[in-house]
Order: sequence, then C-alpha cells, then structure tokens
Amino acid sequence: MTDDQRSVPIRVLIAKPGLDGHDRGAKVLARGLRDEGFEVIYTGLRQTPEMVADAAEQEDVDVVGLSILSGAHMTLLPRIVELVRERGMDDVLIAAGGIIPDADITRLKETGIAEVFGPGTSIGQIARYFREHARQRA
Amino acid sequence: MSDLAALLDAAQTGERRPLARLLTAIESRSPDVRPMLPQLFAAGHGAHLVGITGPPGSGKSTLVSALIAEFRRRGRRVGVLAVDPSSPYTRGAILGDRIRMMEHAADRDVFMRSMAARGELGGLAATTWIAAAALDAAGYDPILVETVGAGQSEVEIARLAETTVVVEVPEMGDEVQAIKAGLLEVADVIAVNKGDRPGAPRAARQLRAMMSGAGGRFARKPPPIVITTATSGEGVAELADAIDAHRSTARSPTQSRERARNQVARALADLALQRAASAEGWDATLDAVASRELDPVTAAERLFDGAM
Repeated sequence: MTDDQRSVPIRVLIAKPGLDGHDRGAKVLARGLRDEGFEVIYTGLRQTPEMVADAAEQEDVDVVGLSILSGAHMTLLPRIVELVRERGMDDVLIAAGGIIPDADITRLKETGIAEVFGPGTSIGQIARYFREHARQRA
Repeated sequence: MSDLAALLDAAQTGERRPLARLLTAIESRSPDVRPMLPQLFAAGHGAHLVGITGPPGSGKSTLVSALIAEFRRRGRRVGVLAVDPSSPYTRGAILGDRIRMMEHAADRDVFMRSMAARGELGGLAATTWIAAAALDAAGYDPILVETVGAGQSEVEIARLAETTVVVEVPEMGDEVQAIKAGLLEVADVIAVNKGDRPGAPRAARQLRAMMSGAGGRFARKPPPIVITTATSGEGVAELADAIDAHRSTARSPTQSRERARNQVARALADLALQRAASAEGWDATLDAVASRELDPVTAAERLFDGAM
C-alpha cells in the first residue's frame, strides 16, 4: 500500500529512552519522516520505558521508533516492547536505531523489535520499511 | 452495538486504549463517527473547555504542562489536546508538544493527545471539537486545547472553547500591537509568560492600560492579566484560579448561546459545502465561474438552493 492510498497519515512515535543526550539523529529522522508524509510525535530526551509505552498508548501510534546510543539497549528496548504489548498494542510496529552491535540485533529481534537501523541507513529506507510493515487501518 | 460505541463505553469507564482508538477514528474522519455523535455528546459531563493560544515560542506547551500539574494538585483529571501544523505539501507533521509535557505521561489521570491540523486553518484541526467531546465523555475536566502557534488573527479557538487563554511574552512589541484587532480580543484570560524576564511587569501594565477603557467585547470588563513563569510554576496557581473563575461567566445564557451559534454556523457551512460539492452541477458551475460567465456569489446561491 503506498502512502497515497492511505486515507490518513501513518503516526509514528519517535522516542529516546534512557540517559544519552544525543538527539541529533532522532531529530533528523523526525524531520525526514515528516517530509515523507508521516505524522511524527517526538517526545524528546531521557524517557523511561513507562513514559514511552504510555505515550504510545495515548497517541495510538502505528509505529514506535526508538533511538538509542547509550549502550543500554539490551535493558531498555525489551522492556519497552513488554510494556507496549502489556497495554494491548499487539499490532504496533516497534523498531530501533542507533549504535547497536550485530550480535545484539539478533537477540533484540527475538524480543520483538521488528528491525534495527544502524548508522548510514537512509530516511527513505526507514520510511519504506514503515510503510510496508505498519498496521493497516480501516 | 458498533465498534465505536463499544469503544465509547469502555472509554467512559476510564480505560485509556479504547479512548485513544476512539480519538483515532474521530481524527481520521471515520464514517462511523457521524451516527454516534448524539450518543457521544449525551455522554459528556460538561467539562470546562479551555483553549490555550498564542504565538509560536511563547511557552504554550510548557504553560499547559504547569497547568496540568496545578489542576492535578486540585484533584482534577486533566485532558489535553495539542494541535500542531501539518505540511501543506506532504501532509506530514511533527507533533512536538509532548516534549514539554512528558512528566505527566505516566499519570493515569492525565490524558494527552497530539493532533495534526491536517490542512485546517485557524490553529485547530476540524475534528478537535469532537475529540474534546470524547475526552469529556471519558470524564476529564478541564480539557485544555493547545492551538497551533497563532499569529494575530487565528481566533478559531474562541468559537470552540468556553475560556480562551492568550499567552503573550514580554517582548511582544509596543502598545500598538496590543490595540490591534485579533488574537488579544478573543482573550478571556491573558497570561504574560516568561515572567522572569525583566520586561514582564511592564508588558502586563501596558496590556492592562490598553484593555481598560477598550470598547467592543471588553467594554464592560477587561480580561484578567496574569504574569506566569511556566518553567518555575510561578503565577500558575493564579492562572488556574482565573480560568476556574471564568467558567461561570462562560456559561451565562448569552455566552452559551453565542458559542452555540458559532458552532452551528460552522457546521452549517461545512454541511452546505459538502452537499453542494456532491450535487449535480458542481463541476459545471465551477467551470462557469472559471471562465467568468458566472460570479462566485451567484454560483454559490445556485448550488446552495439546488443542494438543500
């Protein structure tokens, strides 16, 4: 389904869980996705997993994009998946981006992170992935 | 029972995910929303609908966050709708108002929803008022509606809200800015935010001087002016007091009727356009106007008479 066929824009939550203060990537992505026609809810820095899950619930987003550069991804990301699923959001796509070693990517995918985008990924690639994998809405 | 009716029922018991999904249906203009509007409105508890507007960067979101904290201290459950602009080119949007409100994200008695304006002018989305009704049905009171950063004349919020708070900053300009028509004229309460800046008391004084003795809407009573510092919370309790105090004024028979009139007028205009655009003769009439055979007003009259 292309974007034109969707009656409403895809809603994406972009969040930075944990304590690292590097949000350039998240902001560039947010801007890029806006230009690709997404509605991007940007929550800013230093979010706890609970804050991310609660925001995703209230905003009823189709996609949760997590940017993380601190190295705490193995702790924080599975916890967010768990909290999001706990709130009944089974069809929400959860993806991550940042500095994440290959060995961890396999394990993250086992916990329910759909995809991990490393350095050098283009906005277009991410937008295409979201369009193809976000839930279809009535 | 339709899916949406079930969502409404669940939302009324305080569940958040059904409310979020109901808001999505409303926002995406699902055809299932129209038949349940009467039910949705009947389910309302009469929440105080408060609009927060002002120029971009005046601190609206931070002030809303401070107001949430204040109303929570008073034991109220707070609903927030935060509207940001959509790109007219891609339809995309960055909804960033949550950044300043995240401290309340995990509070079960605060429900916050970002809305993209989706092409609508005037600082609101076309569906904002229905979304507000849903929050009302779910028991949130007050409901704070933060508009797109407004310029001088985006006054749509005053049609919707019972109480309109206009947020200004000390550097807003000279006295002439304050006596121009538009945004300040719709204020029921004025907040001079960033009150820790040196010019704040002076700006408040100037506004007060310009408002007293004004004619028009303020001939009888100029709006209260509160100096706030949203980042420290200073003045926010006074602002909440002023908002609460305006509630009964807003519900006088005259003001209620005026608001009803504005809302019906807006709905009527939308309906007329919708019906006319789907009526026979729409394309031919547009062509006639485009080729200057017909003037736009006569064209509208014909379409209206034909469609009704």
